[in-house]
Amino acid sequence: MKARLPTGGRIDRDQPLQFRFNGQALTGFAGDTLASALLANGIHLVNRSVKLHRPRGIIGRGPEEPNALLQLGEGATALADQRATQVVLRDGMQARSINGYPSLKFDLMAIFDRAAKLLPAGFYYKTFMGPTGWWEQYEKIIRPASGMGRVPDGPDPDRYEKRDLHCPVVVVGGGPAGVMATLVLARAGVPVTLAHEQSQFGGGWLASRSSIDGAPAQDWLEAAIVELSQLEHVTLLPATTVFGHYDQHFLGAVERVSEIRPNAPLRERFWKIRCQHLILAAGAIERSIAFANNDRPGVMTASAVHEYIERYAVLPGRQAVVFTNNDAAYATAHSLHRAGAQVEIVDSRAQSGEQAQLARQAGMAVHINTQVSNTQGRLRVRSVELRHADQRCERLPCDLLAVSGGWNPSVHLHSHARGSLQWDDALASFIPQQDLAGVESIGAMAGVFDPNAALAGACEAAQRAATALGYATDATRAPVINPAEPGPTGLQALWRVAGRGPAFVDMQNDVKASDIELALREGYRSIEHVKRYSVLGFGTDQGKLGNILGLGIVSELVGMTPAQVGTTTYRPAWTPVTFGALVGTETGALFDPIRYTPMHDWHVARGAVFEDVGQWKRARYYPRAGEDMDAAVARECLATRDGVGVLDYSTLGKIDIQGPDAVTLLERVMVNNWQKLGIGRCRYGLMLDENGMVLDDGVTARLGDQHYLMSTSTGGAARVMAWLEQWLQTEWPDLDVRLTSATDQYATISLAGPLSRALMTDLGTDIDLSASAFPFMSLQTGTVAGVAARVQRVSFTGELGFEITVSADYGAHLWEQIFLRESAYAITPYGTEAMHVMRAEKGFIIVGQDTDGSISPLDLGMAGMVSARKDCLGKRSLMRSELQRDDRPQWVGLKPKAADAVIAEGAQIIATATPQGETPMHGWVTSSYFAPRLGYSFALGFVNAGRTRHGETLYAWDLDAGVIELEVTDPIQYDIEGARQNVE
Amino acid sequence: MLLITCPWCGPRDESEFSYGGEADIVRPPEPEAIDDAAWADYVFMRTNTRGLHREQWVHAHGCRRWFKAERDTVTYDIRATWPMNEEAP
Amino acid sequence: MQSYSIFSLARHALSGHKNWRPAWRAATPRRRYKVIIVGGGGHGLATAYYLAKVHGITDVAVLEKGWIGGGNTGRNTTIVRSNYLWDGSAALYEKSLKLWEGLSQDINYNVMYSQRGVLNLGHNLQDMRDIRRRVNANRLNGIDGEVLDTAGVKQRVPFINTSADARYPVLGASWQPRAGIARHDAVAWGYARAADDLGVDIIENCEVTGVRREHGRVVGVDTTHGEIGADRVGVVVAGHAGVLADMAGFRLPLESHPLQALVSEPLKPMLDTVVMSNAVHVYVSQSDKGELVIGAGIDAYNGYGNRGSFQTMEHFLTALIELYPIFSRLRMLRHWGGIVDTSPDASPIIGKTPVDGLYFNVGWGTGGFKATPGSGWVFAHTLATGEPHSINAPFSLERFHSGALVDEHGAAAVAH
Repeated sequence: MKARLPTGGRIDRDQPLQFRFNGQALTGFAGDTLASALLANGIHLVNRSVKLHRPRGIIGRGPEEPNALLQLGEGATALADQRATQVVLRDGMQARSINGYPSLKFDLMAIFDRAAKLLPAGFYYKTFMGPTGWWEQYEKIIRPASGMGRVPDGPDPDRYEKRDLHCPVVVVGGGPAGVMATLVLARAGVPVTLAHEQSQFGGGWLASRSSIDGAPAQDWLEAAIVELSQLEHVTLLPATTVFGHYDQHFLGAVERVSEIRPNAPLRERFWKIRCQHLILAAGAIERSIAFANNDRPGVMTASAVHEYIERYAVLPGRQAVVFTNNDAAYATAHSLHRAGAQVEIVDSRAQSGEQAQLARQAGMAVHINTQVSNTQGRLRVRSVELRHADQRCERLPCDLLAVSGGWNPSVHLHSHARGSLQWDDALASFIPQQDLAGVESIGAMAGVFDPNAALAGACEAAQRAATALGYATDATRAPVINPAEPGPTGLQALWRVAGRGPAFVDMQNDVKASDIELALREGYRSIEHVKRYSVLGFGTDQGKLGNILGLGIVSELVGMTPAQVGTTTYRPAWTPVTFGALVGTETGALFDPIRYTPMHDWHVARGAVFEDVGQWKRARYYPRAGEDMDAAVARECLATRDGVGVLDYSTLGKIDIQGPDAVTLLERVMVNNWQKLGIGRCRYGLMLDENGMVLDDGVTARLGDQHYLMSTSTGGAARVMAWLEQWLQTEWPDLDVRLTSATDQYATISLAGPLSRALMTDLGTDIDLSASAFPFMSLQTGTVAGVAARVQRVSFTGELGFEITVSADYGAHLWEQIFLRESAYAITPYGTEAMHVMRAEKGFIIVGQDTDGSISPLDLGMAGMVSARKDCLGKRSLMRSELQRDDRPQWVGLKPKAADAVIAEGAQIIATATPQGETPMHGWVTSSYFAPRLGYSFALGFVNAGRTRHGETLYAWDLDAGVIELEVTDPIQYDIEGARQNVE
Repeated sequence: MLLITCPWCGPRDESEFSYGGEADIVRPPEPEAIDDAAWADYVFMRTNTRGLHREQWVHAHGCRRWFKAERDTVTYDIRATWPMNEEAP
Repeated sequence: MQSYSIFSLARHALSGHKNWRPAWRAATPRRRYKVIIVGGGGHGLATAYYLAKVHGITDVAVLEKGWIGGGNTGRNTTIVRSNYLWDGSAALYEKSLKLWEGLSQDINYNVMYSQRGVLNLGHNLQDMRDIRRRVNANRLNGIDGEVLDTAGVKQRVPFINTSADARYPVLGASWQPRAGIARHDAVAWGYARAADDLGVDIIENCEVTGVRREHGRVVGVDTTHGEIGADRVGVVVAGHAGVLADMAGFRLPLESHPLQALVSEPLKPMLDTVVMSNAVHVYVSQSDKGELVIGAGIDAYNGYGNRGSFQTMEHFLTALIELYPIFSRLRMLRHWGGIVDTSPDASPIIGKTPVDGLYFNVGWGTGGFKATPGSGWVFAHTLATGEPHSINAPFSLERFHSGALVDEHGAAAVAH
């Protein structure tokens, strides 16, 4: 660790940590960031830039770092694009540069830097255009050259969680101002949460020599943290980044749990925070200055150099030049000087101030009214070129250039929630306008850099928040600080220094001052256009280092003030947020609930193949050994038609409707008549949306005088329930009706086939099953196999059928009772596929498969069902000219001429056997099967004016199966008279 | 994420609610007595207010009751919520 | 127009790029124009370009209240495809896609239309039926498309979660090879430059505050730069269509909703196509910069706030990780929202209004970017001739009276 100072810093020298960078074994200490550890090992060059592949070093100390973006780890736990300045060093850490082939020091793609003149802002808009269709070829070269980190190669093994936090006051930023505000609130008894980006509270004080009553100021702050941590109404969230501020004081924050507790079972926790008052103390970030070759490794912000020396005991260079336009960087000069570096200060300001005098007294050379106009060096800065006021130039050898162009308050969290900004001339940057209700910015974020003023302001903001919440504040006052470092006082804005060579504004995307100039020259005048054309601020640092600098350059070039030019939108996230944290545990089985019927285990044991229908798992078919789906389905269909089949129908939506106005509700939502339905009778109903299109269908039974049970499609249950509730509550509150969703309360077993009555009898029932007592489309209650049951004589297969509905708790029992008789009756369990085949033979629709939201009852040939006697939802829409057209798609059967040719579902209907090019479509196929009982394949679908085209020959076309010749038929193919379901 | 005050349950996260569109659209009492344009106006046309907007919500993952709200569609501030059958506060 | 090419770049490099001229002039508005286009997004600028180029009408002003391309043009996820179900939509979006294919050359501005294909995943049997029906319709309409099975999806996106225990397994997908993504800003800038070159005035920071009518006919607009007269006015705005309609005294079947998107940090190339899923509800592509560009459906409630609800984003990120578990450790860089005007049938309204001489091209919902060239092309025809082109005839405002909806989300509805 050749750059590590022998003493000082907040590192634990007793805890050495081994790590690797590009394979090289290195050592750091606990308390280091990856960046400080690299610098401690004398490593500045860490990466190559994305566009020009220029050598780049660590420039910053926190979220503003644009260069030191490294790949950490390998395999499934790899991390891409990690900012070394924010990565806490861990033992065994493996870091790699993102670019640099064959090596970081010798990068072949650095040729782009040589060709940089051909690659100004927006060059790609002007070339790579031809020949037509070649862009993808160019992309093959461009894409690998751009981009950054690599994706892990497996699913994330780590865990994340989400938590809600409601707290009257939240303070963001655990620097001196934030801690002060929290302390005032806490002592007043106000429940308060303090979130801080780093694992250690203190912010700038961690690198400060300021004192309170002769002791380090940080000691006072640490005592405050101890006090706060002992208060129950205070929540301290270290290592927690508040990344976004949204409407109504809603904050998104991510706590990096493993940063504090490396062995925690949780990597990160996403906090959804709501508060009434928000105090923002997010600090400020130092900016650079655009001069030629200001991007060489060894060029850093002055505050970063200061922090590496004071906090991490790392001396980033022994021969340093400090270039500044304000007083703050003098602190860096003193730190360097104290640490033994040779220091020369280059101050762009015309007058020599107090700080310059102090520096000279300390023995440092100060060049007043001088600018750094260029730098030299290949992989690290070796010298800088100074230009004095008289234009005289001189070269100073150095291995470190610390730059300060001023400070930008981190206004992001204020700005996310649409808070306004105002230009502060003294700072030459934006500060929050304090125009958000219940939100205050304090400290450096509010442009207050004097520590005593910042703490006083923090106290006042906290007192205002406490008072607003009705708490009396105590006499807590800010301590008196003896500041050791000057703030960014006396600043004279300096954005750009003339010189030969690229002057970078945004390092990550290699955006130069000349690119901004070009954008303006080419008419991209709005600041948004400048940004987008030059890609300024589009890096992963989101312009924290370069945006205000770019704005300053624009304002100079267009001759307006920065305030007139205006800033661009600050969009969340403040720093990048792990997707996994925002997702928590909500993937896999927890992505969406899975619904199982009470008989599910039986289906599994029987080897059923399942399909997803809505959230439900439904048995699709039950293959026997050696059977494919077609064989199993054919067997299930024939066994049902010849004997008895059993279907688990529990997923069918069930809505219990009760009340004096129940029948009125049915009349209003269904197309058909319900007034005359007798108690104990069932009726098929159709529901439309207000646009006249089919919404759902199903059989509704009248259980009592004011009591109905509506069944819906499996996937439509929740939607229909919500639909009925909406109409009842918003439009018809006068109707006295109560709705209860009963889908999960019941299990329904459907018995179908000629032997179903015999099976019912054998199961043991007190219900009279005779046709006279229990006709088709009626309902009886009683017991079946000893279980209280409601039995409906309905049929979706076209066979004699009974639907037995019992309490869900008895579903499995009843199912087992049925299958005790399996061999006696050759009972066959059938799945949804056989059900679909059998209903298709009968021409019944399945809402959602055969209808798609664009099908009206008229299209389905159900005009006769639409009652002329009354209005219902959607009925008026049926009268519109378009819906009355007789050439609309109409519900038909489609019978292939070849009996074994099964049309693909989703095939289109055309009128030619040899389609070539664009071919008019006459309809489409919604359902298609080989129908075992019919002995031929058969499909259902829609054909324009189809009801008038029965007998016509058309063709089904599918891109994979090709053309199948067919005849348009009636949709009903099996037992057209309905004798089997009505059987005596 | 908004915090919405259900008139019966109190303030709850937006995720508990479903949006029900513009409020105070009255279904024509005699649909067949009006022309296609008037019917279309009811079914499809919306004021799409920019600013304070009267709208309907339902506490879908709560009490399942519908209510009305007045919300600013620019600032997203909710001025008030109240039961369907009451006058705006 | 100074031509853009590798040669002009090299030539300008010699002079330090000091001699490039503005891509479009900062025009000051004249007192009257033959045609005024309200809205300087991609659609409006494309309309102006085709009016000038195809119809020879150059007495045209494009009025933009902010900066061109500053609305949804610069906020969307840039997916371009034409695999729509119904004939009317297919014709419109395919016209557009064909224009995309030659657009960079046509306007001499690289819009980077990258035909890397779009996958629309199917997660249950009904999804697959709908996919097959749609792709079959596409093919018969002359639009490319394939139906892929799980292995076919896996081949194109090896890391997609196809395990059987995924909550919603990937059963297959539709695949449109000619679909892809483009560079959104370039579309606005390229059309602006090309239109400007043909004489169109592009006027930024000029907000329309009123629509002037006389005897039921439009005669001009009031703006923040004063009154500007016009024979015909075409309104091509997103997010504020209702406000403009209100100025002209009629109502639209539109509701404005936030639509959100986000990007990850940049990564080396690993996703070479666009993948969309309606059932799991997320779509993703990787930009040339390496960012994953991620989006989903609209926020539920009306809003003009250019920002959406956090829970919507949580949902689509959850869907993202469900489908692509290896993305879990990647990070969201930036998220934002736009305002989209949604119509009852998820199709736009392009054509006449109750006011003579006033035409609207609005209501593109979530799908407007892909239609930019085609929308401009048909709307230019409409403005030039006073009548809709056969391609936009089905998209009249009148269809909400007659019931002739072009219901594109209806066809994707899932029920059983």
